[in-house]
Amino acid sequence: MTEEIIIAGFGGQGVLSMGKILAYSGIMQDQEVSWMPSYGPEMRGGTANVTVILSDDRISSPVLKKFDTAIILNQQSMDKFESDIKPGGTLLYDPNGITRHPERDDINIYKIPGAALAAEMGNPKTFNMIILGGFLNVKPIVKIENVKKGLEKSLPERHHKLIPLNIEAIQKGIDSVETVVAL
Amino acid sequence: MGDVRLMKGNEVIAEAAIRCGCDGYFGYPITPQSEIMETLMIRRPEEETGMVVLQAESEVAAINMVYGGASCGKKVMTSSSSPGISLKAEGITYLAGAELPALIVNIVRGGPGLGTIQPAQSDYFQAVKGGGHGDYKLIVLAPASVQEMNDFVDLGFELSFKYLNPAMILSDGVIGQMMEKVELADYKPRWTDEEIEKISGSWATNGKKAGSERNISTSLDLDSAKQEVFNHKLQAKYRAMEENDVRYEKFECDDAEYLFVAYGSSARICQKSVELAREKGIKVGLLRPITLFPYPTKQIQEMLGQVKGILSVEMSAGQMVEDVRLAVNGKVPVEHFGRYGGIIPTPEEVVEALEEKILGK
Repeated sequence: MTEEIIIAGFGGQGVLSMGKILAYSGIMQDQEVSWMPSYGPEMRGGTANVTVILSDDRISSPVLKKFDTAIILNQQSMDKFESDIKPGGTLLYDPNGITRHPERDDINIYKIPGAALAAEMGNPKTFNMIILGGFLNVKPIVKIENVKKGLEKSLPERHHKLIPLNIEAIQKGIDSVETVVAL
Repeated sequence: MGDVRLMKGNEVIAEAAIRCGCDGYFGYPITPQSEIMETLMIRRPEEETGMVVLQAESEVAAINMVYGGASCGKKVMTSSSSPGISLKAEGITYLAGAELPALIVNIVRGGPGLGTIQPAQSDYFQAVKGGGHGDYKLIVLAPASVQEMNDFVDLGFELSFKYLNPAMILSDGVIGQMMEKVELADYKPRWTDEEIEKISGSWATNGKKAGSERNISTSLDLDSAKQEVFNHKLQAKYRAMEENDVRYEKFECDDAEYLFVAYGSSARICQKSVELAREKGIKVGLLRPITLFPYPTKQIQEMLGQVKGILSVEMSAGQMVEDVRLAVNGKVPVEHFGRYGGIIPTPEEVVEALEEKILGK
């Protein structure tokens, strides 16, 4: 198994930390992982993206042009990455703020109202974990128990009290995915 | 398994330094390697192992602090990125000229000048061919993973003390900023004064002993005859490195008809290109130099009976390709493919370049 993922959105949406938690979850499941962020001008405001690879084998390039899955969280990222998904691959997106919806018919497309659900939960910071839950519904490549271990590893101890809330958000995400196109 | 973490390459350099018994780090911040000093400052190794971490007032000050520490037989290091390494070049040639061991980390960014903060490999010439003045060489290690960022800190110190020569880890923003799974090394204690005396007492300026001559740490000798003899000694040392310490890795080379030569992050990209090209039926392999000096010249030559063409892939306008051409000496076509100025080539682009520049011939 090798899963090549791009997560892209605005800085501040938790794109990089979502990728980190996913990567740590992979380690807890004995997978090889890489996490390659956009750094530099992007991190000083505007868009942020991270390439995360989970694999049972040694990972070759951490920098990719084509992806198995794209998790898209704003319009700019939709414009940039929709065409970079491999045929037969997967696009998961939050329709919040999306004005031009995806048009491809050779990929699986799912949407998840992450921003709306986070507002419902009364905590916008749960947004990225709701999205992660949505991804794990569509691509259950890591077990929830390993995601929990990944959270324990990647969050400093003083934040461990937030883990149950994060797990709740992930569960909400798992339960809230809507299929747009299934091949 | 030991202590397994998800860490950035830069953070791992810092952690590995603490764990391998490094005595001192002297640096000055610059993107994309500032996490090295940041991690050291957060870890406060002075309280744990006694390692000194100091932000100097400039790059020039930092490299001269390294010279001072190295003269005393201590395991000392510095790190910077391209423009900062240029500032350190004088100190680096002085270290080489005084035969002092030290570790220098360059997390390369695009140039020339202040350039960009994005990754590049355009400091190959500077690292491998000189940078500073004089007939000197650095031992140059090119990690291609976060795990190798960990491993090469200890290896760099080991080789630099073996040859009494500065060693450089030449990496870039891809490996520095990327997080991967890494198994951290076990702690090695810092050397005691007695151990330093035993290991480096013959040259270290750590206090004159009764009945022995003073040790002097210098690169100056105005007597040309002596200076030539000293240069012979340096050259003999570099030949010994070439004989004994070439490191490289081969990937899918057994049946290869074509070859990529690439180091560091480009080698990772080329591994993917090998996979993609082989899906198209192109039998290509990858030779990854791990030491850029000493260079795996013989290992490239050994492939010449088998391969019809070689593509050197670097994030530069064509630097390492010169060493590939020297090794090949015209026997098969050698071409260069590079992106630069902070642009990272995609694996697909590299395959296209192979088809166009090598297969198309």
